[in-house]
Amino acid sequence: MLSGQVIYEEEHDRLEDICDRLVEDALAKAIFIVDKDGQLITGTGETEGIDTTSLASLVAGSTAATGGIADMLGEERFPVHFHEGEETNIHVSVIRDSMILVVIFDERSSLGLVRLRVKRAYKEMEDVMDSLDEKRESDDNEGPDLFGDISDDDIDDLVNDTFG
Amino acid sequence: MSFINYKKREIILKIVYYGPGLSGKTTNIKFIYSKTNPDARGKLVNLETQQERTLFFDFLPLSLAGLPGFETRLHLYSVPGQLFYSASRKLIMKNADGVVFVADSQRARKDANITSMEDLEENLEHYGVSKDEIPFVIQYNKRDLDSKMPVEELREDLNPGGKYPDFKAQAIHPEGPGVFDTLKALVKQIIKELKASQK
Repeated sequence: MLSGQVIYEEEHDRLEDICDRLVEDALAKAIFIVDKDGQLITGTGETEGIDTTSLASLVAGSTAATGGIADMLGEERFPVHFHEGEETNIHVSVIRDSMILVVIFDERSSLGLVRLRVKRAYKEMEDVMDSLDEKRESDDNEGPDLFGDISDDDIDDLVNDTFG
Repeated sequence: MSFINYKKREIILKIVYYGPGLSGKTTNIKFIYSKTNPDARGKLVNLETQQERTLFFDFLPLSLAGLPGFETRLHLYSVPGQLFYSASRKLIMKNADGVVFVADSQRARKDANITSMEDLEENLEHYGVSKDEIPFVIQYNKRDLDSKMPVEELREDLNPGGKYPDFKAQAIHPEGPGVFDTLKALVKQIIKELKASQK
């Protein structure tokens, strides 16, 4: 049986607040929170021109590969990885093995500042994750009514219409 | 496992193309990309080497029009066929809502198909699911090649008893016969399963 990974409105808003504050405190260009499976949860800052869906997927991929490197070297994990570019840098941290915090920054900020501010945001993010876990547990098997009363024929039509 | 975002009112389904190296997983995804309305598709992320082997994964986001209430999006991933990319494969297989197995019809790839199917079973087992528990379809690709095996033989190897829906395909052909039939069959299975799981 399929059961979904769920983000509720309240937790989404709290994560959004954390991002909004962090983007200012860290003087960052943009901030994203990504699910470890590669789904974008939220993002803020100068996100225009960034293909956020693909970015989320690639960051999760790169985090998985970094985990593979850690494993080869006998480390349990590398919770933080950092890529330095000519103009843009990206700081990626894995929080409690389930969410990834991505900070994109340029010459307006520095790695030290980003590190410091990100560490402060951890605790807040962990609180949100606790609240999410609680909700998910109490909400088990009570998923949203996503599909209403649509019949199997409707589903066939829908898929045929979309893909011709 | 679907990803539901209440705030954005969207539900994302993860579809994985699995199969031996060079069986045509990337070609399937590229064909779907080329034939989908640009407004309904995201950017195709294609991470491949010069030998046309998927290095990490291919990724294609698509919108499914018309489901009430929530917007439904499909995320199509292909898994590198080479056996050593286990870190990225694990990421991609994790929480997949449905799997397409792309088999290579050429006789020389008979053993590679069987090994890849066993590898898929192991990977799924790692996440505590079996092929019977998730939407699953099989595609026999490269039907245009002279060296192809009869479908009956492929079926015996990969789909004994015809348990799973299966399709013949030529993903490389300009009309890509079989490519959308495969995807459509899987998407239907996934949505029906999701709907059933809500009852």
